[in-house]
Amino acid sequence: MKVLGAIALNVFRESVRDKVLYNLVLFAVLLIGASYLIGQLTAGQDMKIIKDLGLSAIGVFGLFIAVFIGIGLVWKEVERRSIYALLTKPITRVEFIVGKYLGLLLTLLVNLAVMAAALYAVLGLMTWFGPASLTSALDAPVFDPGLLLAIALIFVQLALVTAIALFFSTFSTPMLSAAFTFALYVAGHFSADLKHFESVVDSPVAVYLTRTLYYLLPNLAPFDIKALVVHGQPLAPGYLAATVLYGVVYTAAVLLAATLVFARRDFK
Amino acid sequence: MIGNRLVACVVLAWLFGAAVAVAYVRDQAYGETRAVEQVLYVRSGEALTRASLSNAALLADVYWIRAIQHYGGTRISKEPGKRYDLLYPLLDLVTTLDPRFTIAYRFGAIFLSEPYPGGPGRPDLSIALLEKGVRAEPAKWRYEEDLGFVYYWWLHDYGKAAQHFERGSRIAGAPWWMRSLAAATLGTGGDRRRSRFLWQELYQAADNEWLKNNARLRLTQLDALDEIEQLQRIAQAFAARNGAPPSSWAMLVRTGWLRAEPLDPAGAPYVLNPETGRVNVSASSKLHPLPIEPGAWMPQPQKQ
Repeated sequence: MKVLGAIALNVFRESVRDKVLYNLVLFAVLLIGASYLIGQLTAGQDMKIIKDLGLSAIGVFGLFIAVFIGIGLVWKEVERRSIYALLTKPITRVEFIVGKYLGLLLTLLVNLAVMAAALYAVLGLMTWFGPASLTSALDAPVFDPGLLLAIALIFVQLALVTAIALFFSTFSTPMLSAAFTFALYVAGHFSADLKHFESVVDSPVAVYLTRTLYYLLPNLAPFDIKALVVHGQPLAPGYLAATVLYGVVYTAAVLLAATLVFARRDFK
Repeated sequence: MIGNRLVACVVLAWLFGAAVAVAYVRDQAYGETRAVEQVLYVRSGEALTRASLSNAALLADVYWIRAIQHYGGTRISKEPGKRYDLLYPLLDLVTTLDPRFTIAYRFGAIFLSEPYPGGPGRPDLSIALLEKGVRAEPAKWRYEEDLGFVYYWWLHDYGKAAQHFERGSRIAGAPWWMRSLAAATLGTGGDRRRSRFLWQELYQAADNEWLKNNARLRLTQLDALDEIEQLQRIAQAFAARNGAPPSSWAMLVRTGWLRAEPLDPAGAPYVLNPETGRVNVSASSKLHPLPIEPGAWMPQPQKQ
């Protein structure tokens, strides 16, 4: 446990050194700029648009952090040859992979927490200093705690994407790992089409194959509850629990696959 | 070392300044480059929803801003033959990307119904948009109210209007007056009192400055119609006594029929046609053109 903590903390420090947290400044500038501009560009619904923009930006910024740091986690150690020194220490390969993963998860958690706070702060500024009409006709309260639910699901989704990036990082180059991870991310949003492939083809074999692919590929679309939250729609606790459970189980499977691949790698 | 850095900074500033200067001179000489016409490359909301990768609501906001800009830009344009061709496709995209985007349905219906040149004058498309809203959220009585309103105010189809008011009144949370409005609309069709009631209700319930201003304008137009009726009566009485309609307001003021030249509620003088004696708002008035009132509308005889 101590080893995992040390590796994770090291990854977090490294990401801070790599100026990853600069994205927070960009996020804040984006939201503050948008909150001013939107009032000039649209007729009402400023709060809705800021919530949509904030949640989407949290997802996109988080995705870039997860992919671009995730793909370098193992590769960097191999490239710098620091992996040789590391593996001579009392660290197992499983601890190495899981520690790296937890470190990036910590980076993501800190980022998402600060971005969430910034989103609430901008909403607060708009409420307190903007015209009263901004807060009228909202489907959900301005400081809706439901936003945190959406952000929590974004975090679980990013945890899964991080595991996928780390998995590719154990055996591939950063360029290819990024391409594979993004490809899976995109495919993960089209899973529903795979499930209903029988509506476009007659071949039972093709339907069987696509149905199998549907269950094998990560299904990322259910993690998106942003629109529901912004419109103040009720969310079934069972749905949320099942989605989180799916994310955790799938992530565990990918991490296990990553450790298996990494365990077989020969660093001689 | 510091000297070199200073020189580099000065050169950097100079280069940026030069780039700005060149751009300015080019724009002055050749005019700014701008798109000749507005284009909507993707018209399938379903395709965009998929391509947005779980960011459909944000994309809906982007298209909503574009719809507002398109409507506003075209409305204030002085170009002859201006068109609102992209308005409905944009609103359709917005509401497919985010089916719960209430304001897109409600504003969109107002934009689409506005008669040309203030809008495309397409109440049929307003109805299509609102019906899409009803399909997305059947529990929203506001859409039924808006549908009833479009049939009442723009299409003068009181049967359909009453049907929608009645349907809306059956939805939980609908105001008490919707049921009586349905019965009254069906019974007596459109009159100014009912129109005023509807606009007043829209004004009071408006959660947005634009909606409020639009309702205020309509209420002011109804006030102007009241005043025009009174002026018309005076002009008719003058014509009955003198054998010809008054040639100007000044004549009516001189002869004691009026105390001063009458101004409409927006502050512009009313226009008096000396040949027919008809009174109307001036073309330069903010109230121009006045709406065709539901009560004043008569069904046209069908052509054989």
